[in-house]
Order: sequence, then C-alpha cells, then structure tokens
Amino acid sequence: MSTATEHPEETEHTEHTEGHEAEHHGLSDKQYIYVALILAALTAIEVSTYYVDFGPFFMPTLFILMTVKFVTVVSYFMHLKFDNKLFTYLFYSGLILAICVYCGFLATFKFFLQKG
Amino acid sequence: MTIIERPSTEVAVAGGAPSGVKPSEALGVFKRPAASTSWRDWLVTVDHKKLGIMYGVSAFFFFLVGGVEALLIRLQLISPNGKVLNADQYNQMFTMHATTMVFLFVMPMAAAFANYFVPLQIGARDVAFPRINAFGFWCFLFGGLFLNSSWFLGGGADGGWFMYAPNSSTLFSPSHGIDFWTVGLQITGIASLTGAINLIVTILNMRTKGMKMMRMPIFTWMVLVTQFLLLFAIPVITVALFLLTFQRSFDATFFDVASGADPLLWQHLFWIFGHPEVYIMILPSFGIVSEVIPVFSKKPLFGYPIVAMSGAAIGFVGWGVWAHHMFASGLGPVSVAVFSMSTMAIAVPTGVKIVNWVMTMWGGKLTFTIPMMFAIALIVQFTIGGLSGVTHAVAPADTQQTDTYYIVAHFHYVLFGGAVFGLFSGFYYWWPKMFRRQLNNAIGKWNFWLMVIGMNLTFGPMHILGLQGQPRRMMVWTEARAGEGFFNFGFWNRVASIGSFTLGIGVLLFLVNVIYTHKSKKVAIAPLDPWDARSLEWMTQSPPQEHNFDVLPTVSHLDEFFHRKYETDSSTHGVTQVHSAEEVMAELNAHPDEHIHMPSRSYWPILLALSLPVIGYGVIYNRTLMAIGAGLILLTMFGWAMEPSTSPDDDFDPPAPGEGGGHTKELSPIG
Amino acid sequence: MAETAISHAHDAGHGAHSSTGLSNNKLGMWMFLGSECLLFGGLISTYMLYKGRVNAGPQPNNIFDIPFTSVSSFVLLMSSLTMVLAVSAAQRKDERNMNLWLIVTALLGATFVGGQVYEFTSFYREGLGFTTSLFGSSFYTLTGFHGVHVSVGIIMLMALVGMNRNKRIPGDRAEVVELIGLYWHFVDIVWIVIFTLVYLIPS
Repeated sequence: MSTATEHPEETEHTEHTEGHEAEHHGLSDKQYIYVALILAALTAIEVSTYYVDFGPFFMPTLFILMTVKFVTVVSYFMHLKFDNKLFTYLFYSGLILAICVYCGFLATFKFFLQKG
Repeated sequence: MTIIERPSTEVAVAGGAPSGVKPSEALGVFKRPAASTSWRDWLVTVDHKKLGIMYGVSAFFFFLVGGVEALLIRLQLISPNGKVLNADQYNQMFTMHATTMVFLFVMPMAAAFANYFVPLQIGARDVAFPRINAFGFWCFLFGGLFLNSSWFLGGGADGGWFMYAPNSSTLFSPSHGIDFWTVGLQITGIASLTGAINLIVTILNMRTKGMKMMRMPIFTWMVLVTQFLLLFAIPVITVALFLLTFQRSFDATFFDVASGADPLLWQHLFWIFGHPEVYIMILPSFGIVSEVIPVFSKKPLFGYPIVAMSGAAIGFVGWGVWAHHMFASGLGPVSVAVFSMSTMAIAVPTGVKIVNWVMTMWGGKLTFTIPMMFAIALIVQFTIGGLSGVTHAVAPADTQQTDTYYIVAHFHYVLFGGAVFGLFSGFYYWWPKMFRRQLNNAIGKWNFWLMVIGMNLTFGPMHILGLQGQPRRMMVWTEARAGEGFFNFGFWNRVASIGSFTLGIGVLLFLVNVIYTHKSKKVAIAPLDPWDARSLEWMTQSPPQEHNFDVLPTVSHLDEFFHRKYETDSSTHGVTQVHSAEEVMAELNAHPDEHIHMPSRSYWPILLALSLPVIGYGVIYNRTLMAIGAGLILLTMFGWAMEPSTSPDDDFDPPAPGEGGGHTKELSPIG
Repeated sequence: MAETAISHAHDAGHGAHSSTGLSNNKLGMWMFLGSECLLFGGLISTYMLYKGRVNAGPQPNNIFDIPFTSVSSFVLLMSSLTMVLAVSAAQRKDERNMNLWLIVTALLGATFVGGQVYEFTSFYREGLGFTTSLFGSSFYTLTGFHGVHVSVGIIMLMALVGMNRNKRIPGDRAEVVELIGLYWHFVDIVWIVIFTLVYLIPS
C-alpha cells in the first residue's frame, strides 16, 4: 500500500522512500559473513575460558567478550549503527535503565561483595 | 466534497450487483465489519475516541466497585468491635480495594483521557496502531472482570495490593484469590504495555505540521513521560507476577524460605515497578491540571519548558527511589541512606510544578469554574500529601511511620486528592467537547465541595491515627485499646468513616450530574469552545467527527488555538480577540482534505483479547483449557496478521456515486 | 489535478508521512525490545541471586555441559547471520533467497530449541527439577522464557514464509522481514548474555 506507486507525481514520496532505502544498506552480504566469523571467533575464546585457566583475567575477559558480541550484533546485524539515532536512544535507554536498576537491586543483597 | 471511505451497511443495488459488503476474497476469514450505529459498532471499533469513552466508562464502574470496598472497610472501623467483616473478608477487602483503584480505575481513566485527547491535541486522526489500541482496551476490561470474578469463585485476593511473599504463597493463602490477582494483572499489564508503545509512536510520529515537541500541550507531554514509565515498569511486575504464579501453581521455590529464598526478592521486583507506578498514576492528572489552570487564569502556563522537563525529570529520578518502600525491611544502613537521599531529591521537580501552576494563576484573571476548582484542590491536596511524603523520605522518621495509617494518609492525599481530583477536573473540562453539553454547575459545586470535605475528613485524621500508632490493615479496634483521651483511635476512626460516606455521596453527585445533564430537556447544547481554551482539541466539532479534523491544522505556536483567536502585543502585553472560535473553525475547514482514509473496524482485537481469560481460567482450574486458550491466541493472531489495517478499495462494492441507493464511499458535505 | 492532501493514518508505517520520518512499526518494535531488556533483566537478576542456593539436587558446576551448550550457542549465533541475509534478500526483492534464508534461520532456531529440550531433559534425569532448588527454579524459568521467545520467533518466521507464498502479507514486505529480524537478533543477544552469566561463570 505504498503511496509511491499510487501517485507517481508526488516526488517527495519517492525521494523519501529512496532516502529510506539508502539507510537500509549498511553492510553487504559478504561483510555480514565476516562479522559472523568474528563473532564465532569471539565465542570460541569465550568457550576456551572453560578449558584454559585465565587467572585474574577470567571475569574481565568474559565480560568484555560478552559486551563486544552484544554490541556487535546490535550495531551491525540489527543495523542500529546505520539507522536514525532515535532508535539507539530508545533501545539503549531501556538497556541502561535495566542494567542500573538490576545492579542496584543486586547490590542491596550485597551481591557484588561476595567472593568469587 | 470530502470523500470519506468506510464501508457502509447500505448497498448499491443497481442492476443485480451483489448485496452487502462483498466478502473479502483475498484476505481475512470473514467479512470485515461495516460501520453501524448499533451497539455492535463498539465491539469492533478502532476509533480512539470511542475507545477512550469505553476506557472511561469501564474505569468509572471499577471506581464504584473500589469505592464500595472502601466503604465496607470504613463501616467495619466506624465503631469498636466491628462485625461488618471478619478477618478473612477484611484482608480481601483492602487488597481488592487498592488493586481495583490502582489498576482498574486510575490507570485506565488516565488512558481514557490520553486515548481521546492526545491525537486531537497533536492534530492527528487516530493513534499509530488503532487495532492494537482496541486490543489493549479489551485486555484491560477482560483482565479486570477476570480479576473480580474471584469474588464469586472462592474469594478475592487477600495478600495486600503489594502482595508480599511468602505471605502470598499457597501455604498462607490457599484460596484462588491471589491466582486471579496475578493472572488478571498480567492481562491488564498487556493493555498498559501495548498502549504505551502505541501512544509513544503516535506522539513521536503523528504530530501535525508545525507541531514541534515544544509546542505540544503539557497533557500530551505528561502522557508521553507516563508511557515511557509504563514501557519500562510493566515488564518488571510481569517478572514478579510470573515468579509468584509459578510458585503458587507449579511449586517453584522462588519465595520458599526453607529452600533459601529471600522474601526481599518479591519486594524489590514489586517496588521497582511500584514506584514508577505511582508517577504513572499522577503525571496524567498533572497534565490535565496544566491545561485547565492556564485556560481559567487567562494566562499561558508559566514556565512551559520547565513544566515539561520536570515531568521528564520525575520520570527519570523515579527509577532510583523504589526501596524507600522497604526502609524497615532489613536492607541495611547503606541502602537505606542511598534511597533516602534519592527520595528527597525527587521532591524537587514536583515542587517545581507546583510553583509553576501557582505562578500561572498569579496575576491572571481567574474564573472559578468547576474544572478550575478541582485543579486548585489538586494543588493544595497534593502539596499536603507531598509534604507527608517528604517526612517519609527521612528514613529514621519513616521507621515510626511505616506500616501505620500515616502512610495511608499520605498516599490517599496524593492519589485521591491529587490524581483523582485531576481526573474530575478533566471530566468537567472536556465533557462539553466529548458530549456536547456542559455538566451542570450547581450540581457540580455540590459534587466538588462534598468531595473536598469528604476527602479531608476521611484522610486528614489518618495522619493523627498513624502517629497514634494505628497500624495498617488493622481489622478491628476495641475501646480498651483505643487510647486515652477524647481524641483517640475511636474518635478519629469515626470521623474518618463519616468522611468516607460524605466522599461517597460527593462522588455519587457526579453521577447525578451526568444523568441530569443528559436526560434533562433544559440543558443546552454546549458551544464549540465553551471555556475559551488554548489547544487543538477544541478546534473540532463537539464531539469531533470520526476523522477528527477536516483539514489537519498547521501549527505555528504553542497554544495554537489561542493564537488563532487572539493577537498579542508584546510591547503592551495586551491581548485582542481577532476571531471567534467558530470563525477559526470555519477558516480551518474552508478547504477540506479531499481524500481521508481512516483505519477500518476489526473484530480481531476483541477476539484475541478473549483468549486471554481462557488461559487464565486454565491456569487456575484446568491445564487443557490453557492449551485451548493458547490455540485461540494462535488462530486470532493469524487472522489479525492477514488483515490489512485499512481495507483496500477492492474490498468493498465499488458503485459509482449517484447510481442510486447506498454508497460505500460516503460523500460527506463538509465545509 | 489539485494536490490531494492524503492523510493515511496507517501509511506512516513506511515512514513516508511521519513527524520523525521514521516508520511507526520500526519505532514500535525497538521500543518493545527496550522493554524486553527490563523483562530479561529481571529474570537474569533473579537467577544471579539464586544460582548458588542449592539446598537439594545438583550444583551448576556439576550439571552444565559446556561443550554441548557452546555448540547450541554457536547455532543460534549463526541463525542471526542467516536472518540478516534474509533481510538483505528481502530488500533486494530477491524472493528465492529471502525464503531460503528465512527457512534456514527457522531450522537453526529449531535446532537450538531442540538442544534446549535435550539439555532440560538430561538435567531433569540427573536430578535438577523445576522445584528441586532455587537454582533449578530460576534456571529453568530464565532459559525457559528465552526458549519460548525463540519458539515464537520460529513461528513468526514460518508464518512469514507461508503468508508470503500465498501473497497474504499486507504492507511493506521488506519491512516485515526486517522487524522480525530485529526480534530474532534480540533473542540472540539475550542468549549471549545468558551463555556468559549462567554457563561460563561458575557459581
């Protein structure tokens, strides 16, 4: 039901939809596959923490890897990096709110003061 | 001529054309519902105004239910050794009273106003997702009815509206009441969540030309903030409700202390929702009052940007204060100190609003109409409630206040004196736009004053009762324990109970006013702009036509309607009227839009909503029923998905106009 | 012909007439995903609080099969790739590849869910039931909710393929695929968090 097809004389619509299309093409299919391979490699490192002793780097490594994978999927696969900033604000405000509130919640249980 | 496309029940029968609306060959299972004026139209409507009215009527019904529950409580406490309710009934009464008032009255009544007026205020023709809007309403109604069906099926929920665990487990509360509560609130929660997404997208995306964010009326701003609060808070109570349901129905161990559970888990999850919830309840009323006060002070709102931003600030800071409901729960001094400070901070943006409303009135030409009186009463009463709230923020003081009637006094002042009075202000203010008649002024005065006197007589003494030591949820008092002196428990309880019945009569007078206004032959049709108002919703017919505006107005000012009627001289601060409201309307509609496409009616929203209580009864009584409900959800969702939001032209009989008989394209003489 | 001021209440689904220039549906989906952060955050926090509380039945260390779950996680991650390829195909109006990648995504998702079911049943046989301990209740609730979300996603993917075949998709088809894609990726990133916090970090 796109107006672009019904009313070809209304160029503003086609321009709008064209501009809209341009936003969609963030990465090519090949680049998506590269991103997926990187994610796979990161996952492999994550899994390796089960087998290899990372010592004091165990927790930081896992957290960093988790965050990098999370942000990568959100930014590239979910296209957030290439889309209007409003989407970023909306999603990340929910995410950051959740992190703050639930960490506060766990903190009242002295969760972060535990050993290990 | 404006062509308004909607399927009509009339038919063009010219030379053997098929009768009735043609069945949708390409899409849908059954014929799409056609417009009609019968009661059936209300079941399939997606019109935001009709949905707003349905929200309003249902919410008011639940207001009366919750009011009766309150009066039973006060009847029980009017004299010593009350025999009106036994302990079990008393528990159910205060639980259901609060649950009904919070979830089935205040929230949906605010939704009623938001649904009706936000699209009008931003110059739109409907909300972004009209069928989801309808679905949300039916979820609310069915959820509320489901919840209240508990009364007939073994008793209402009895764990308090905050339902603390492990008291809410089957061990301590074996009846099904709490199960009806958890499942019922999940269903109404769906209404709130979908409504939130709908209104936010509407406000962000469907503003008319020139309606920048900082030109929107404050009511729309407050609704926007409220929807964000709902969007993020509802999932939290969803988690809590699932955990409790799993515990009660499937023997999960979440609140089983013997397994090592921590009761505070429930409290945190509930109050992380619960605190934003109270701002959800008050902000729409703040919005209403921010509309009413400028109109009846004949002055623009003082500090518009500050009022808008302070609403956002309240919404934001409101996430950081939840544990002030838990000061006495054993959190420990660090947590208590942190939340005590954040709670003190949140008084600031609220106080800012009070200042702005007062400064709006200062130097203005005040008219004390009924909506104005309710608005001013909100300012006074909310301030009182806010002050007691500030005393709660001081954690050591709260240790004495918590779980006493002092708290009950606080929240009734802010909720009844604040939120509810704001809603009543909205009733009187917007009634002429919705229903073409102004509510009667004389009855309105009685309504107002009895409510004010009743409210203060009921909840004022509760401050004293609380400090005298009366705990919350106390089911009975005796003379022996009422304390010494004349002004003891007994005295103040009597006063509060008398006050509550006064309040009840006051509320009933509102109903009397409504009935009188609409039944009496003597009441005139209200003018289009009876209050000389400032915002776009008044630039419509009364009630607005289904498509709201013949032409979507182009906005160049805040308070656009005011600026079309008046010219302001910045040097003399003078204001001269240049057009009447009717002239503004005529000019606006001089060149109506030629082609207005409205979203079509649909029966899928109500059908999908119906499958939810089926699952609900299944959870409580019969697992097979759950599966049937789930199947119904799947079917109705597919039906919905395959139906376009607006039926395409080929879905209807396409008779040419003038062929005699009915048209499916109404040629409507407008302008 | 005089300019027709068309007001399509629904048309802003394509962003053509909206105040922000953005699509209603896309805005709605991102907001929904934002709210889902609060939902899963609550379930994850409950799990984090309770994961060490095992008064009966097996401990997390004793029961998790990290190699198996790693494979499952990898499968779900790859399904995100195939999903994005489906979206890309839809935008190119490449019907065949769109359907292909949608079906592959659904299959990978089903594999993941199958793995979850296998995992749950073997845990149950090893003594970890839903009601056994706090760890059990919160583990199954968290991963169960996630699994239900994946399953709903699979249903949507298959419905999309089916409805597309019968030409029953109203509106902008590429956008529908994109939005289902957003939902699918979200379910994947929730698993990224769950995999780390639940499985890889021992209690």
